[in-house]
Amino acid sequence: MEILNYAFMQRALLAAVLVGITAPAVGVYLVQRRQALMGDGIGHVAMTGVGLGFLLSWSPVWMATLVSVLGAVLMELIRWYGKTRGDIALAMLFYGGMAGGVMFINLAPTGSNANLTSYLFGSLSTVSESDVTAICVLAAFVVLVTVGLRRQLFAVSQDEEFARVTGLPVRALNLLTAITAAVTVTVAMRVVGLLLVSALMVVPVAAAQQLSRSFAATFAVAVAIGVSVTIGGTVTSYYQDVPPGATIVLLTIAAFVALTALATPLARRRARALAAAQPGGDPAECVIPASRKAGDEVGA
Amino acid sequence: MTEPVISLRGVRAELGSRPVLRGIDLTVRRGEVVALLGANGSGKSTAVRSVIGQVPVSAGEVELFGTPRRRFRDWARVGYVPQRTTAAGGVPATVTEVVSSGRLARSRFGVFRKADREAVRRALDLVGMADRAKDSVDALSGGQHQRVLIARALAAGPELLIMDEPMAGVDLASQEVLAETLRHQVAEGATVLLVLHELGPLEPLIDRAVVLRDGCVLHDGPPPKAVGQHALPGHDHVHPHAPAGAEPIRTGLLS
Repeated sequence: MEILNYAFMQRALLAAVLVGITAPAVGVYLVQRRQALMGDGIGHVAMTGVGLGFLLSWSPVWMATLVSVLGAVLMELIRWYGKTRGDIALAMLFYGGMAGGVMFINLAPTGSNANLTSYLFGSLSTVSESDVTAICVLAAFVVLVTVGLRRQLFAVSQDEEFARVTGLPVRALNLLTAITAAVTVTVAMRVVGLLLVSALMVVPVAAAQQLSRSFAATFAVAVAIGVSVTIGGTVTSYYQDVPPGATIVLLTIAAFVALTALATPLARRRARALAAAQPGGDPAECVIPASRKAGDEVGA
Repeated sequence: MTEPVISLRGVRAELGSRPVLRGIDLTVRRGEVVALLGANGSGKSTAVRSVIGQVPVSAGEVELFGTPRRRFRDWARVGYVPQRTTAAGGVPATVTEVVSSGRLARSRFGVFRKADREAVRRALDLVGMADRAKDSVDALSGGQHQRVLIARALAAGPELLIMDEPMAGVDLASQEVLAETLRHQVAEGATVLLVLHELGPLEPLIDRAVVLRDGCVLHDGPPPKAVGQHALPGHDHVHPHAPAGAEPIRTGLLS
């Protein structure tokens, strides 16, 4: 494996694996809450952070983390309080974030739109030593939250009203989900880029759902898909000289299509197995019973 | 008189600017089974949701187990069964996973021990869904889904059960299972407050009925007897439930 001989490829692969784990791990809760596009919104807001990082000569990764966490908290607050015009407020936040990024980076002495491009679409080969440290720390946080609090996050994402009646701190957990999603966006920023982050959060989960019946299985399969496509995309981009971010996202979509095609005959076989397992079989045709049961009564 | 488990005094609530509760009093004592009846839009669901803190109360007092609701923290004593439409996530989940959520009130930091897993299994047994434990909730019928939501509420072993229209859209076979489950809970000393459209198969269990109309208590006493066609055995209403806040369908026939 000559690919592992280069330090920059070692860093790139490590970053790619961590993104493959964290993005679907957070994405599964976002999909469950039907906020699949939240990652996209945070990605836009994070651009202001990148721009500020260049302007103030601070680490763009940490600055993006700070700004996207603030943005995610703001989105969550808008969801609580601004019920009616919430979508307009979110739109302003998203595009304000994007415009801010472009503005700040052009004001920065060292920045140009070329720098921005590497954050928008990812730039795996330029991942530095300090980037890797930041990515490792942030990824550890994301895994700790998404795995350690899985029962609480599941309950809140499944049925918020019920979760509140079990005494769970619903607001705190919602905020934590938003913050974790923001952190994940910045983890994935160097690998797939801010504009493609959301794909890696949502598509592996959608692909996993084609096969799974449980939340736990969806989580595990989505992470497995995430890791496979990020490694596959990184290796492909090394040998074929194609952009890694785009390769990873296209591979993810290919995985979705393949699993969907696979799922249909699998579901049919499962239904057949279920019918065979039932006593007397589950007839596919209508059979009129000899006598009526309680459930057949229509009354008047 | 036994201690009140739920106590509402002069409770008012608005949705938007429209008053939904205009000062209602409601007391449920330990061991009682109380049905909250009334037409669509009478405030039944809002009353129940004000008890569990889902609807802000603009005036009056709400107490749970003698504690003002704002300071009430002992949620493991309360089992809540929402209207069935609220619980649908975007990711598949098994029956066990959904019912396990109900146990979180008892488990520390969400770490499940053997006792917690057994409690989940027992709750599924009670509603006759143990054989479907590993199935996705999406594959269930309306009645089976409702039984899962009741198992979820029972998983924490609550003393008080609050149910919002548990019989809506539920087939007769599941209605029987639900009535039997409730009978069992009541026999063990549970207190129950349920929102119902009609008494139906639960009638023998109910100690008291509170009827609301336009956000006011119209009747508080023994359950009203069904009359006329409604009293016939096997009579079943099926109402198409419009989403909350939807405009009523105007056919032009009545206007």
